[in-house]
Amino acid sequence: MKRWLAVHAWLVFAFLYLPIAVIVALSFNQSRFGVRFTGFTFDWYIRLFNNERILEYLTNTLIVAVVSTAVSTILGTLLAVGLVRYRFRWQNALRYLLYVPVVVPDVVMGISLLLLFDVVRDAIGWPRLSLFTIILAHISFQIAYVTLVVRARLMLLDPTLEEAAKDLGATPWLTFREVTLPLIMPGVISGALLAFSLSLDDFVVTFFTAGPGSTTLPLYIYSSVKLGISPEIHALSTLMVGITILVLLLGALFWKRRV
Amino acid sequence: MREAATPWERLRQVLVTVGPGGLWLVLFVLIPTLVMLVASLMSRGSLGQLVPPLGLHNYVRFFSDPLFIEIIGRSLWIGFWSTVLIMLLGYPLAFYIAQSRYKEVLLLLVVIPFFTNFLIRVYAWIVVFQKEGLLNGLITAFGLPPLELLPSTFAVYVATVYTYLPFFVLPLYAAVERIDWSQLEAAYDLGARPIRAFWEAIFPQTVPGLFAGFLLVFIPAVGTFVIADLLGGGKVILVGNLIQLQFGSAQNWAFGSAVSMVLMAMVLLGLWLYARTQGEKGLDRLV
Repeated sequence: MKRWLAVHAWLVFAFLYLPIAVIVALSFNQSRFGVRFTGFTFDWYIRLFNNERILEYLTNTLIVAVVSTAVSTILGTLLAVGLVRYRFRWQNALRYLLYVPVVVPDVVMGISLLLLFDVVRDAIGWPRLSLFTIILAHISFQIAYVTLVVRARLMLLDPTLEEAAKDLGATPWLTFREVTLPLIMPGVISGALLAFSLSLDDFVVTFFTAGPGSTTLPLYIYSSVKLGISPEIHALSTLMVGITILVLLLGALFWKRRV
Repeated sequence: MREAATPWERLRQVLVTVGPGGLWLVLFVLIPTLVMLVASLMSRGSLGQLVPPLGLHNYVRFFSDPLFIEIIGRSLWIGFWSTVLIMLLGYPLAFYIAQSRYKEVLLLLVVIPFFTNFLIRVYAWIVVFQKEGLLNGLITAFGLPPLELLPSTFAVYVATVYTYLPFFVLPLYAAVERIDWSQLEAAYDLGARPIRAFWEAIFPQTVPGLFAGFLLVFIPAVGTFVIADLLGGGKVILVGNLIQLQFGSAQNWAFGSAVSMVLMAMVLLGLWLYARTQGEKGLDRLV
């Protein structure tokens, strides 16, 4: 029984890694077409780094990810604290609203924001679809993930710690800064990392909220797949997979040392 | 205990913490949904823009045309069977990882594809399935005629299973980790055979994780348009493709909004049923 479980598991892992392995192999392949390996080369990487458009798309992607993660982490953390610590009117409605970006298909989220931007632009002539609208859109789904991750962490906290700080005369802000925030920091960091990777990965919402001049890497990959693939995409994909693995390994080591 | 804060002070604290995030959700989640609802009731202008008169005509058009019903049916069908396949692949895998000595490494192996860019994961299957691709390379090496796998429903299934498999394995693994294995021993002590013992003692403990995993895979699988777009290439039209088409070349935002409302209503209905059986705890398992 145990052996079958192992065979099954390794077949699934093979399935998970086969396509990635093919792309990595092709990124070093001399031949432009097909999968026949004709020789080893770094040409596609060299071309990639000389392609100024791709560097521009990379910059766009990173600007969107950094700005949206910063805003959504701050707003989401505060929201989680408020939801856990206080009782107020409309609280339940807000809690359900929080699940909407998590569960609604991204195509619905994308077009509803497109409609919003369009209606507002018709009324006041602003905002044009640009990196700015992509950032607004990304924050809107990230905030829900950050809040839910931080909230889970907050609910594990011992509330007497905060009460002790208050009893000792700390203001709410001081209590938050010196007691609550350090204790929930692992949750805030996990939330921010999740938000960052969701932004880097997002294609669908970006697709509907991007305008001319605001191409991101996922948009570029999509259009080049539609137009016919260039092996530069293999090189780009390989680098992105490599960076993913590196970040995850570093993250795993970081958590291990903390525990 | 310290004296309670004044009502004014409390209100200020709520506004400072919940205010900005709450306002953001209202402005960019609630209001866009309402705009979409209104748009779905409008008509298509000569340039594709939204114009009056208001009415239910977009919904009438959607539900009276067998073509659109077929698209919804196909989305649910492909979404459902992909999810079933994912469960069959992922369920034993979660158990294997949980009992392994190297579970951190194995988990990382599941997480790496999960964090690899979505488009790259879909694109990888084009490389495998295309006419001059890996699979046909292998097939022709054995002297067999090459297969036409792009575009095809088969390719859509494979890529859907591939894309969403980690979404299922991770929550299920969390459930498997929490299993109380002493119940299995109890079942054995009571004379149950292995299959019966598993079914009665272990399986019920994984049901909450199964529900959460099902929802996490089924909803995006039904709503996706990229997979069908790139691997089904016009042959496999799902509800997501229909929506994209209305906002793209068909230029009918009003009808596209109505289709989105239908999709959203289906998701919220499913979620409501889920919340009724699993409670709010179940909703938290989705993150």
